[in-house]
Amino acid sequence: MARYVVGRLGRALITMFIVLSIVFMLMRLLPVETYYGARSDTMSDAVKEQILRNLGLLDPMPKQLARFWSETLRGNLGRSIVLRVGQENTSIIGPKAVYSFRFGIASLAISLIIGLSMGVLMAANKGKYIDRLGNTYILLINALPAAVYYLFIQLYITQLFKIPMLYDARNPVTWILPTVSMSLGGIASNSMWMRRYMVDQLNQDYIRLAMAKGMSSRQVAFRHILRNAFIPMSQSLPTSLLFTISGSLYIESLYSIPGMGGLLITAIQRQDNTLVQAMVLLYSALSVTGMLLGDLLMMVVDPRIKLVKEGGVR
Amino acid sequence: MGSSRQDKFQQLSDGFLALSEEEAERVSSYSDELFRPAEFDTEAAEKAGYSNYSYWGSTLRLFLSNKVSVFLLVFLAALLVFTFVQPYLPNQLHPNTIYQDPETGIHYRNVKPNAKFWFGTNNIGQDLWSRIWSGTRTSLFIGLCVALVTNVVGITLGSIWGYARKWDKLFTEIYNLFDNIPYTVLRMLITFIMRPSLFTMIFVMCLTGWIRMAKYIRNQILIYRDREYNLASRCLGTPALRIVVKNIMPQLVSVIMLQTALCIPDAIGSEVFLTYIGLGLPVSIPSLGNLINEGRLVMLVPAQRYQLFFPVIVVSIITVSFYALGNAFADASDPRNHRR
Repeated sequence: MARYVVGRLGRALITMFIVLSIVFMLMRLLPVETYYGARSDTMSDAVKEQILRNLGLLDPMPKQLARFWSETLRGNLGRSIVLRVGQENTSIIGPKAVYSFRFGIASLAISLIIGLSMGVLMAANKGKYIDRLGNTYILLINALPAAVYYLFIQLYITQLFKIPMLYDARNPVTWILPTVSMSLGGIASNSMWMRRYMVDQLNQDYIRLAMAKGMSSRQVAFRHILRNAFIPMSQSLPTSLLFTISGSLYIESLYSIPGMGGLLITAIQRQDNTLVQAMVLLYSALSVTGMLLGDLLMMVVDPRIKLVKEGGVR
Repeated sequence: MGSSRQDKFQQLSDGFLALSEEEAERVSSYSDELFRPAEFDTEAAEKAGYSNYSYWGSTLRLFLSNKVSVFLLVFLAALLVFTFVQPYLPNQLHPNTIYQDPETGIHYRNVKPNAKFWFGTNNIGQDLWSRIWSGTRTSLFIGLCVALVTNVVGITLGSIWGYARKWDKLFTEIYNLFDNIPYTVLRMLITFIMRPSLFTMIFVMCLTGWIRMAKYIRNQILIYRDREYNLASRCLGTPALRIVVKNIMPQLVSVIMLQTALCIPDAIGSEVFLTYIGLGLPVSIPSLGNLINEGRLVMLVPAQRYQLFFPVIVVSIITVSFYALGNAFADASDPRNHRR
């Protein structure tokens, strides 16, 4: 087990190194004109060159990459060039992550609780009215572009209940719609997955045995199926938890929530390259860490999983 | 506890015996006239061992038995034909022309739907009806291109990945690298770097699409690769390509069809999103994403909301139909559903 943990950790570090280097090099493909900032029209060529030199963009690639890594390891992700000129990117992102985290964690909880119980309910009433209703919901959420129904929820529900359209930190009523909208997709995917899992498991031998022993279907559902259902879920849970701080790109921008997702969109729209780079790096790092934790958690909750190959393959 | 269970068992077996006795009595009461020895029929004897099962026949029969999906198929086909025929119909306006009043020279801005502009005009005076169909063409073109590339690249590389063991490690590492940048972020980043255009749009969607397809095909091939019939084929010297194409691929038709059908809603959805964040196609190329975004900008004026409604209705119909149709076809083409 220790061997696996160390190996997995090493692989995660290598992945992190390669992914972050790739992102950094991709950002270097951007035309240099996008680094001049807002007042590029009035700048002389000397000033422009000075800007590029200060950012280190005129150095050869290996040197840039080496500097990038030494800076990143010290926790320095560069300074913003458009949105808040000269401010350190980490200090811009930090406070935003708090907002995103609050919304993210609330919607994660909602989508897990409602999604999973909806899935169980649908499987228990398979083929009946409630199942068909749930399936229609899943179909609509999956098929329609998220951008469309988020927009309509914002437009009509705020009008219906006479609540403000945009997020307001001092008015808790405005916190509800973004959280609910954020959970819609999660509810659909969780319930779809849970329903399929329940239906598959109901045909398994161990469930038949439990039924034959005379357990009620409620006992079977909670004691056997639900417990087993958490094993595949444990792999994706850390990623979902970590990504709560990155926020929802679309919702945050739609409701003007001062979170990370909205910030990334603003940074892209305003071409704040260094900020975009810092945020994409952060997203990738979160993702690598989430997958690492997911694999480790999976190993803890499911003792059947064989981690180290024993003997040869077939 | 033990005794009550035994009682229950006794009751059950009594009931069972009683039933069979009753049955036996009934059977013995039948007269012999009802029974006739069967004549020997050569044709019937040779029929044994022949199954008239045909994969595509069963798929088609199962698919046609679902009324809703047949309706959706006909409807989508009609919609597709109409999308391409529309510019050649009489009285059609041009999607990018800004229309003016011939007498006063004033632009027809935000004109509500009427006899000339069937869906009204947008805020600079372009005809919404023709823009919507032109946009549908663009969006479907993007979707179909993405579906084609994703399928060809994904299936080819996925087969190699799954079938050739020595490549497995390399491909898995590449997959892990891709998988570690969230797809939305990757799409945004690449579009941001490459500058928005029709090619960029198709490129970024293929970039994230093929790897998912390849992974799926790889997992499926791993399941079927070492089945006994493939082992037998290999022992008989069948080349790997033939095993993959003839023995394994037919098992995957349903999955591939489903993925293809889902490519289109997915492409439209991410086009709408990319347009929203300012990385969409230029306004001179109408697309459903562009139109929804234009509608969003005027949605706060209730009188102009038709500019949002029309594209949204078209998008919803197309995406929901493709999604439902893909699922229906995947169900019908899954050989496990063919056992009747």
